[in-house]
Amino acid sequence: MMNALLLVVLALLTAFQQQDERPRQGTYAITNAKIETVANGTIERGTIVIEGDRIVAVGTNVTIPAGAEIIDAAGMEVYPGMIDSGTSLGLSEVGSVAETNDTNEIGDITPHMNALTAVNPNAVAIPVTRTNGITTVIAEPSGGLFPGSAAVINLIGYTPEQMQAGSARLMVLEFPRKQQRRFFFGGGDGERDDPDKRYNDAMAKLDEIWERATVYDRIAAAWDKDPTGKDRPAYVPEMDALRPVLAGDLTLMVKVDAADDIEAAIEWVQKQELSNVVFSGVSEGWRVADKLAEAGIPVFAGPVLATPTRASDRYDRAYDNAAIMHNAGVSVALRSGETENVRNLPFNAGFAAAYGMGREAALEAVTLAPARMLGIDADYGSIEVGKKANLFVSTGDPFETQSQIVTLFIDGFNVPITNRHIELYEEFLNRDAGRKQPVEVLPADN
Amino acid sequence: MNRNSRNIILAILLMAVAPHSSVAQDVLLKGGTVLTVSQGTLQNTDVLIEDGVISSIGRGLRAPRGVETVDVSGKFVMPGIIDAHSHIALSSVNEGSSPVTAEVRMEDVTNPYHLGIYRALAGGVTTSHIMHGSANVIGGQNETIKHRWGATDPDAIRFEGAPRTIKFALGENPTRVHGRRGSGGTGAIVPATRMGVEQVLRDAFENGKRYMEDWDAFNASTDPRAIPPVYNERLEVMADILRGDVLVHCHSYRADEILMLTRVLKDYGVSKITFQHANEAFKVAPELAEYGAMASVFSDWWSYKFEVYYSTAFNAAILTRNGVVTSINSDSGELNRHLYHEAAKSQRYGDLTDDETLALITINPAIQLGIQDRVGSLEVGKDGDVAVFSAHPLSVYAIAEMTYVDGVKYFDRNEDRDDMRMLVSPSANLDTYIEQETGRHDIHEVIIK
Repeated sequence: MMNALLLVVLALLTAFQQQDERPRQGTYAITNAKIETVANGTIERGTIVIEGDRIVAVGTNVTIPAGAEIIDAAGMEVYPGMIDSGTSLGLSEVGSVAETNDTNEIGDITPHMNALTAVNPNAVAIPVTRTNGITTVIAEPSGGLFPGSAAVINLIGYTPEQMQAGSARLMVLEFPRKQQRRFFFGGGDGERDDPDKRYNDAMAKLDEIWERATVYDRIAAAWDKDPTGKDRPAYVPEMDALRPVLAGDLTLMVKVDAADDIEAAIEWVQKQELSNVVFSGVSEGWRVADKLAEAGIPVFAGPVLATPTRASDRYDRAYDNAAIMHNAGVSVALRSGETENVRNLPFNAGFAAAYGMGREAALEAVTLAPARMLGIDADYGSIEVGKKANLFVSTGDPFETQSQIVTLFIDGFNVPITNRHIELYEEFLNRDAGRKQPVEVLPADN
Repeated sequence: MNRNSRNIILAILLMAVAPHSSVAQDVLLKGGTVLTVSQGTLQNTDVLIEDGVISSIGRGLRAPRGVETVDVSGKFVMPGIIDAHSHIALSSVNEGSSPVTAEVRMEDVTNPYHLGIYRALAGGVTTSHIMHGSANVIGGQNETIKHRWGATDPDAIRFEGAPRTIKFALGENPTRVHGRRGSGGTGAIVPATRMGVEQVLRDAFENGKRYMEDWDAFNASTDPRAIPPVYNERLEVMADILRGDVLVHCHSYRADEILMLTRVLKDYGVSKITFQHANEAFKVAPELAEYGAMASVFSDWWSYKFEVYYSTAFNAAILTRNGVVTSINSDSGELNRHLYHEAAKSQRYGDLTDDETLALITINPAIQLGIQDRVGSLEVGKDGDVAVFSAHPLSVYAIAEMTYVDGVKYFDRNEDRDDMRMLVSPSANLDTYIEQETGRHDIHEVIIK
């Protein structure tokens, strides 16, 4: 009986402790920190006050509200939460297990698919990612021509809607490739198709879809304006989904890599008079950097940690691709292109920094630059009064692998620094020997 | 012809046709921060390489007449990085036609023209263990190479004297390829389960043991009428494993299958084993340490298939702290260009010292490949395989600047021109997609399909 009571008390204590480990909003003051605001330079020794989901004070002369929980960050550095401009995070759990992958719906033309719907807030990779300082990602569908709209999510929340960062969304267009992906190995029988024909067919299909969407939009707009005397136009979900893109309200994210495809994509968006456009991937952007700059099209570049696109290219082209575009005047944000290892975004940025981009521009490319491109810079991307509290405290430069992130805020939630990788470490680092001999079974009445 | 006489004839034949592969050179690297790995960090120190071998490490060394001096002040000098799991420089990877193919050799498909060699050099990597794929429970024999880029003869890039090694594979890959219908496999051949994998191993070892005993009995026999056992190349290799002449490197992920192989090896008296990938090795680190098994792991790859879902990036740290000799490998034509960064991530996820971290990509893989007397640390008498970095190689901002093999400079960032790569063709483009996709997560798995 005594033992039973003790067990109950223990269970309650454990429950209480676990509750304490949950992400919490409140009033916090991070003091004595070196603050890289990104927007307004670096504060060598300052304070950040967080109330609810917002930053309410930043600076050296800040009054800390009574009752604020104080986080002394002496010797530490604070950065805005990093934003990854291209991932499949939350949409895929185990790469090779098809049942756990929700990135690609049946059909080439599925712009009405909404990635946010399939984001699993409990994906094991989400805590694994955020504990490296990434607070916000684009989760994108892929495949076909129009695979759907990508979601912009903060890496905390019980529901996809809670995770959504503002109302930002992007319509994905997988721009047709002149050169098809192929493998050196396997297959072998060669599909014997005509690559030119395939490309021309794909471009014709894109133009046809766009033409139909334009007509659909015109008819629907006329009905919306004045339905009298008109038959109600048939509902076509694919076409309906493209209307906000035609209106310029929804950003078109064009996935494109090869130089000639980038040129074709520039020509295409100009022909369609689209201005709310961003290119993503852009692994050969360095080849046509001036053209991208001239067209004024921003890019989500990456992954940086990748091999060059052609055998004849310098070995480090993927490393300095972002830098070459940046130096040519292109607005560059960085993407990891990852699912379970989005946590490597800061190291992609570190490599871009080392190979010509410089640390300041690389930091901006994973914070304020993508926030601006996504239209969420009023809330995200820098440490400024009035913005959402998406930030972290690090022992040093977060691009350096040795730096450890010790405190993390997302939407004002103080998020515990833990994930399954850390839990397994704690469990197995000093594992006991385990049972070596068969257990002696005690008599039942003992 | 008995085994011995066959080997003698083979050796004579090899001597007759093998070219002299050494093009060793002299160089004095002056004034760098020298990361010896085995004997700490030496500031403002010179490394002299003569005839391809480190002849002196110290301050104020003078270059012998005719030996080039390279100023590396402000730079970091470390042992050439060793990749214990690679598939570069190969024209085939998987003989996926049978669960046991011990007889095939990567030696026969070594391709010195492969661009992956140059790209690896550009990341400070001087030696790669180029492996058979993971389709079969007992795959083919691997090859250890030095990155002597520009060689046209496959024999010129072999690591002379490196021990023979063989690839084993457990878990999802061999069961999918052989036992599971509809997922790339024939669905007709054991193994379809991890139980089957064990029995395939036991069958191969038992047959190898009996074959070895039959030959030993025959060779020991004085009876002139004794009939030799039927020669079998596959069983020859199994016998060589049993004799300890071939090191086992086993593709594996789950803790249970890792323990299974140690039990089988114990039963057959095989002690030298390195578990490759071994994402769950951390769960059985004390058992591995007790057996003397080693592990060659990824820094942070996980979740790309079910058997790596319960992984942790702290794997290398847990293994190291439990006394398991551990290395970080690439298995990828992308990762192998920044193994120094992969090692640095293993330091992030754990509390390894700088030297322990550098050991993951130098002396530890050397031990696993049985070449630790030649490479893996900067010591007098070891090969002149050296990488020079702009900053400490565990910094994300470090850039590999020069790479030497046998004292010969095969990579220099300042002398790298756009048009210097081999295999350049006007029509060649966009093999990025090939490289990127096959460069990710188990290149051999992509190939199986």
